[in-house]
Amino acid sequence: MRNPQLNRNGELTHLLTLDGLPRDIVNHILDTAETFVPLADRDIKKVPLLRGKSVFNLFFENSTRTRTTFEIAAKRLSADVYNLNINASSASKGESLLDTISNLSAMQADVFVVRHSASGAPHLIAQHVAPHVHVVNAGDGWHAHPTQGLLDMYTIRHYKRDFTNLTVAIVGDVLHSRVARSDINALTTLGVPEVRVIGPMTLLPGGLEHMGVKVFHDMREGLRDVDVVIMLRLQNERMRGALLPSAQEYFKNYGLTQEKLALAKPDAIVMHPGPMNRGVEIDSAVADGKQAVILNQVTFGIAVRMAVMSIVAGAGPA
Amino acid sequence: MKLHIQGARLIDPASGLDAQQDVFIAGNRVVGLAQPPVDFTADRVIDARGLVVMPGLVDLAARLREPGYEYRATLESEMQAALAGGVTSLVLPPDTDPTLDEPGLIEMLKHRARLLNQARLYPLGAMTVGLKGEKLTEMAQLTDAGCVAFSQADEPVTDTTMMLRAMQYARTFDYALWLRPQDPWLGRGGVAAAGAYAGRLGLAGVPVQAETIALNTLFELQRMTDVRLHLCRISSAAGLELVRAARAEGLRVTCDVGIHHVHLTDVDIGYFDSQSNLTPPLRSQRDRDAIRAALADGTIDAICSDHTPVDDDSKLLPFSEAEPGATGLELLLSLTLKWARETDTPLVKALGRVTSMPAEVLGSRVLASCGRIEVGGTADLCLVDLDAMWTVSAQTLCSQGKHTPLLGIELPGRVRTTIVDGQVVYESQA
Repeated sequence: MRNPQLNRNGELTHLLTLDGLPRDIVNHILDTAETFVPLADRDIKKVPLLRGKSVFNLFFENSTRTRTTFEIAAKRLSADVYNLNINASSASKGESLLDTISNLSAMQADVFVVRHSASGAPHLIAQHVAPHVHVVNAGDGWHAHPTQGLLDMYTIRHYKRDFTNLTVAIVGDVLHSRVARSDINALTTLGVPEVRVIGPMTLLPGGLEHMGVKVFHDMREGLRDVDVVIMLRLQNERMRGALLPSAQEYFKNYGLTQEKLALAKPDAIVMHPGPMNRGVEIDSAVADGKQAVILNQVTFGIAVRMAVMSIVAGAGPA
Repeated sequence: MKLHIQGARLIDPASGLDAQQDVFIAGNRVVGLAQPPVDFTADRVIDARGLVVMPGLVDLAARLREPGYEYRATLESEMQAALAGGVTSLVLPPDTDPTLDEPGLIEMLKHRARLLNQARLYPLGAMTVGLKGEKLTEMAQLTDAGCVAFSQADEPVTDTTMMLRAMQYARTFDYALWLRPQDPWLGRGGVAAAGAYAGRLGLAGVPVQAETIALNTLFELQRMTDVRLHLCRISSAAGLELVRAARAEGLRVTCDVGIHHVHLTDVDIGYFDSQSNLTPPLRSQRDRDAIRAALADGTIDAICSDHTPVDDDSKLLPFSEAEPGATGLELLLSLTLKWARETDTPLVKALGRVTSMPAEVLGSRVLASCGRIEVGGTADLCLVDLDAMWTVSAQTLCSQGKHTPLLGIELPGRVRTTIVDGQVVYESQA
């Protein structure tokens, strides 16, 4: 089975998942992003790489911040950007996903940025778009959020330089987290020797050991001597009793406090994909503390998304 | 009409026969094997050199989508698909719309089928009204109308007391219950087998325990009632262990598996291929190997197609939103042959899993000669070119269901002629 995100020349034509994405391509994206980071400090923040191209943000699930960063990234590449909130239009009129895609393809789109609540929806779309259209997954179900994974890798590389001597802990609701899956895939691809996941059994999927991670249920034990702590957002609906008894009890066991963070290496960095639930998964003192790099993640995110869109749009057809 | 099938290799799994023998048919019956009866003059001689003549297949689960889902398939299109697949007897699950819970519906269905004059239909009655698991159906009247057993299709009964009552009532008249073991709670919301692959893809999982817990419950209730139980679409190694133990204990249990589960595993989902979204979900390689072992040792009696035509609008969706099911009537024989080749299973034994064994599961509710070729028996049979290869595609399938995880795969075995009740009802060119 051919990797659906690479074309016949092995170029990245869609970005759907970091699972199985070759290390060279990951590094190429991170290197390209690095050239875009200084743009943010210039008077003119644009480069003409996607001039005349159309980027459609297709959000079948609500999101403000991811959509906005994709929009900024596309505009900095000089693309024309169209935001479609599909929940509010076609889906409620009963139009099928693939009909929506065909219609938009006919509007000469070049890049679809897709967010969908069903795992695998961007794969389905990538299989059915016209050959010149590139699909970028902006988060699908519990499956993948590859640009978030890449910006997390960019952030880690920025602060730690070398991946091959790191211990990274991912804390929280891994079961329902597309960010966690993409982070795990990228970290193992980049040669991180120890990836840990920390959480209660109700929030961890089966088969984690097959993904090359160590599982911890005790947060203090799991955080010991780590270089990087990635906190995951706990969705409100998970706190209503079926998976966790209460937000308070969750915070007591799995919330990141200064006291627990002290168990990590002194120069450990703290990351979070946002939006944060202060007092649920992370204490304000940590979120605003000197080890947190959460706002830098957002800044790097724009450069990483510029890199991804410029690379896929420059690739030949699928 | 008198037919002489000449030069064929006759395989009859029921008797273990595998020999070069001609078959002679007069009216609707087989009247001679190897030797014609005296004074036999054929109206038509079918040259079957190089072909196998075997009993028509008996498929224990084929959804023809009537009544209620005619936009997905009709009795006519799916009966044609059955004959093209060599299937001459079909068991219909009751999950139509309306569900098969009233004698009038069964009579209408049988009447429609008789007019088409093709494969034989054996409907399963709904065990509870609307398959809701709340109220027993009129099982005796449904039986009079033509139901061969009672089933919940894929709707599990949540109320254990209701399950017990259904078993007691069915046992009163010695009706068989055909049930797919799935715990209603553990199975809820899952679209793939729980495990490493579902975890990696971020798909909600159905744990093996959904099957084993349901099996344990059914067996406990069966010990109380001694009802005849046919277990549909077993999918796991652990489930098969329980079935094996139940049979050893002497419980009246038979068991089938869907043909896709004999070949595919969860990894065949690949990159979210919704064609592989099936009920029950495809499990691990270990489970598939256990299914093959259970077919070899007889723990599984029969292989069925679990034919489920699904239209494009319901299938071309993200994996978790797609409707489960695949077309199967035309693949059942070929996939059975493929399994036999891959496992070195003797042909007589392999073909028994789709002819004589499913007929035995049906028992006395069907023709005595169902699934076998014998002198004096009804002539339901097919002629097959075992070595002809064909490629599964929308064009090569007669069924209106064009969705299968095996699209594009080349398979062995092509049906050349299908005969029901002594009549040639299907013929294809070599």
